[in-house]
Amino acid sequence: MSEIVLEKVTRRFGQVKAVDGVSFRAESGKFVVLLGPSGCGKSTLLRLIAGLEDVSEGKILVDGHDVTRLSPDKRRVSMVFQSYALFPHLSTEENIVFGLKVRGMPEEERRKRLAKVAQVVGLAELLDRKPQQLSGGQRQRVALARAIIAENNICLMDEPLSNLDAQLRHGMRVEIRELQQRLGMTVVYVTHDQVEAMSMADRVVLIREGRIEQEGSPEELYARPATMFAARFIGTPGMNLLKLADGPRGAVVRGSQDALFAGGGEGFTLGVRPEHVWLADSGGVAGMVASSEYHGADTILTVRVGDETLFMRAPGQLVHAPGTPVRLGWKPESLHVFDTASGARAAEELQPVRRGAAAG
Amino acid sequence: MKNVYGWLLLTPAAILLIGFTHYPAVATLYDSFFSTGTVVRPSRFVGLANYAALADDPIFWQVLRNNLYFAAATIPTSIAIAMLMAIWVNDRLPARALVRMSYFTPTILPMVAVANLWLFFYTPQIGLIDKFGAMFGAASHNWLGDPSTVLACLAVMTVWKEAGFFMIFYLAALQSLPPEIEEAAKIEGASRWYFFRRVTFPLLMPTTLFVLVNATINSFKLVDHLFILTKGGPDNASNLLLYYIYQVAFSFFETSYASTLTVVLLAMLAAMAIVQFLLIEKRVHYR
Repeated sequence: MSEIVLEKVTRRFGQVKAVDGVSFRAESGKFVVLLGPSGCGKSTLLRLIAGLEDVSEGKILVDGHDVTRLSPDKRRVSMVFQSYALFPHLSTEENIVFGLKVRGMPEEERRKRLAKVAQVVGLAELLDRKPQQLSGGQRQRVALARAIIAENNICLMDEPLSNLDAQLRHGMRVEIRELQQRLGMTVVYVTHDQVEAMSMADRVVLIREGRIEQEGSPEELYARPATMFAARFIGTPGMNLLKLADGPRGAVVRGSQDALFAGGGEGFTLGVRPEHVWLADSGGVAGMVASSEYHGADTILTVRVGDETLFMRAPGQLVHAPGTPVRLGWKPESLHVFDTASGARAAEELQPVRRGAAAG
Repeated sequence: MKNVYGWLLLTPAAILLIGFTHYPAVATLYDSFFSTGTVVRPSRFVGLANYAALADDPIFWQVLRNNLYFAAATIPTSIAIAMLMAIWVNDRLPARALVRMSYFTPTILPMVAVANLWLFFYTPQIGLIDKFGAMFGAASHNWLGDPSTVLACLAVMTVWKEAGFFMIFYLAALQSLPPEIEEAAKIEGASRWYFFRRVTFPLLMPTTLFVLVNATINSFKLVDHLFILTKGGPDNASNLLLYYIYQVAFSFFETSYASTLTVVLLAMLAAMAIVQFLLIEKRVHYR
């Protein structure tokens, strides 16, 4: 009922392409996250969908209708801004019903909707407060309420949680996701925080320098990164990337002796997630602890392997003095091989799982 | 003993303030209760006689009416034009800096220079307005010599001079408004006019009141142009309060009566300032 389709959308600022030929589909009722580092064009992309920026090339369709040249109010989308963009001189109530008043909705209907929405976002007690008298989380709720009261079914969110403290952010994450599912809204959500993307999205669109780097479910992005950039961006800390070299009995980490798997390693990079590495009693790959960082539930060990450095996540508190020699183990299926020069995932037959164990 | 240093720091400013502001104000009030002294008749206490004379002075009432008319004509107009210009030059438009600068130019000119400029506009027959009118067959008109047009002519000139100055304050206020607010309103479908009426204008309210206070004071304070253009004439048709005080004090040498007029002017300005600040307290603190 409220599907957004982008076809080869490009936005130029002078010579710079902020958004470069982006195509994707946000299916009705899905939560789509545009993820990427700051300055990658994800906010511009959202503003293009909203109609706040002009599309240089390409098409934007909402429910099959071409809205590329329509003004923002004709697109039937709502938007939550990073700064919330509340009207500072209006009360919570006036802020929420602003759009309904603009459209000249009768007061009775307005009041009915307001009561319902205020209930949904938990603002019923605060309707006569001004934005300055509200906490950050409450302002966030007002912005949400203003977005959902129009019953547009499409809601665009531009880093809505980045101004909240960590604890509140977690609560709001759960709440926004719950709200989206209850109301069946199509949400396009911009963030640079991969935790938000992983925990909220049905579909993640990873963007880098104005182009789509990878698109898929959070599970796909985590389990099968298409590029080294995607590998590093997802996860805290991101995937380890170790340059490989040819060894006598198979591929080795540069500067290390222990063969990882059969075949050549030169020109490739090995990816392995910190949480998929464990300390082995024997076998595996030799390394040396460089430092350990205690996080409470787990410990992040920094280990030198050959010329490369690797993080590993171990549950609980793991005390290892710097300089302690260790052996690292992992399953072949948690190893990924990338082409170092292009950064892309290497062909399937070059993946460790398919190559088999190292000779001897 | 340890306060001496602080007092020493305050002294230069205090001397200037007392010498040029506080003492003259008190002395003016004091003088307004005495007659003007001459060589043969020394000044003596007359109580409220000067104020009684003021109430009976038809010129005073005419000048006061002129001044109120002048204020009513210049204040709302210059504020409205300033706001419009600020919104216009705050937009993305070509050569924005140039447009802003040209709107601000009248402000940096001294009032005397402006008056001379406009004197050339208003001069009958050879003035700009009459020359322009003549092209369409209009008869020559003595704009500044006609009691029915002279005050309006002064008001137009003052608006031209003031609006650019007030525009700067509005421009600063507009630039402090977050741009997302306008985008949020755009997504909600608010037209430019609706957005201005419901958002921009209320958010500019603190600036408007600040400008209003300044405009009010200026409308009583600015009389430089009268020296060049009309000297208050014809027949006091363009005379304003402060210029009248100047005439009474330094042309007619009625210093006591001039003091009385000054006290009345100060009282009026103080009352207006108080009313305006009370309004600010009530209406403007939306935060």
